[in-house]
Amino acid sequence: MPGHLTIAVFAMLGAGFVAVTLLFSRVLQHRSFGDEKYSPYECGSDPVGPPWVQFRIGYYVYALLFVVFDIETVFLYPWAVAYGSLGMFVLLEMAVFIGILAFGLAYAWKEGALTWR
Amino acid sequence: MSPGVLALVSALAALGLMLANGVVLIYMLRKVLAHFHLRLGPMRVGWHGLLQTPADVLKLLTKEDFDPSATDLWLFRLAPFMVFVPSFMAYLAIPFSDSLSFTPLDTGVLYTLAALALVPVGILAAGWASNSKWSLIGGMRAAAQQIAYEVPLLLSVIGVVMIAGSLDMSEIVKAQQGTWLGFIPRWFVIPQFGGFLLFLIAALAELNQTPFDMSVAESELVEGFANEYSGMKFAFFFLAEFSNSFVVSALAVTCFFGGWLLPWVPIDLPVWVDVAVFLTKTYLCIFVLMWIRGTLPRIRIDQLLSLGWKGLIPAGLAWVLLTGVVVKLVP
Repeated sequence: MPGHLTIAVFAMLGAGFVAVTLLFSRVLQHRSFGDEKYSPYECGSDPVGPPWVQFRIGYYVYALLFVVFDIETVFLYPWAVAYGSLGMFVLLEMAVFIGILAFGLAYAWKEGALTWR
Repeated sequence: MSPGVLALVSALAALGLMLANGVVLIYMLRKVLAHFHLRLGPMRVGWHGLLQTPADVLKLLTKEDFDPSATDLWLFRLAPFMVFVPSFMAYLAIPFSDSLSFTPLDTGVLYTLAALALVPVGILAAGWASNSKWSLIGGMRAAAQQIAYEVPLLLSVIGVVMIAGSLDMSEIVKAQQGTWLGFIPRWFVIPQFGGFLLFLIAALAELNQTPFDMSVAESELVEGFANEYSGMKFAFFFLAEFSNSFVVSALAVTCFFGGWLLPWVPIDLPVWVDVAVFLTKTYLCIFVLMWIRGTLPRIRIDQLLSLGWKGLIPAGLAWVLLTGVVVKLVP
């Protein structure tokens, strides 16, 4: 498969380019050291508490919903490619599929998963 | 040539295009935004500041990039790779002409969208690994925003795929040949206008562009997820961002504006004309993105998520169904 080979070459060349440029820059740059410089940036004042804290749960709910919807949307693609060559029945089938998707979205909406709290 | 050499040559060509795009787009963004603000923008280095970006590249190369003490070092150093590599890979399937693309791919549209979808993973990693509050908030916002608009982006192109009957980007362009009534070009933006609007809004969010730029949000988060990065590591994030706006614009041109095709002229033009037409259209699209960036204010993260989940996703599903019905009724 020439496609797969090209994808692999692109990935390797991209990563190689970043690595080589960073090394090159490491050779060129002037380095200086100091404690203050290495502390996390918080507009000049000393950081208060660790930043790795429990984070707003809302983001995780959205992420869960995303996984479901993204996979189901990808299922629509093979259907869309073959759509022209298939009969009227595929439209009905897809209406049922999209109906289930929409029902899932409506349920998440009703349960308040889409509300920012 | 053997397939391996061919792949390497096309990858080098794509890398050259990506770097050239980066240099041109940074200059263009600064000039365009400046003129929207009634300023002149870069003027000092070279004629009308033309050498400003090369000078900036040299500066970034010689800047120290240090790792702040609190970072998760492995992830911190890996994140520029995780952002840059997928956005480079997204160049692979773009068709510049009927006979010219880096490699023809049967699943081009899906591949490009999939490559772009990997970018937020790197941004989230950068935000988390920096171990700084600004970065973490920026990374989380970027992740939430990009996953919320990933689904509408995928839905917006389905109508085009249904009409063209292919995921191959050259086939999609070829399906837009000719005119209606002798003068209206058969570009998909006309029958798929709803899809195009969805695409435009979702693409702005995917690109972290104003009005959806709250992952960077200079006035709130300083530089968002890229806060702790310096030197070339920082540069790679922004090179990837500029290159993504090229890829998304190229995708828009391919799916909605007839790719390399010009209306009202014979279709067998020389290759260089095709490439020039394609690049001109793409850069016009990028100009529109910059125009929006210079015009609209930033919206809030909860407004953004509501718009995505409660507005665009139901609209996208409805648009797919509507297209399905119309395609079956109007052969």
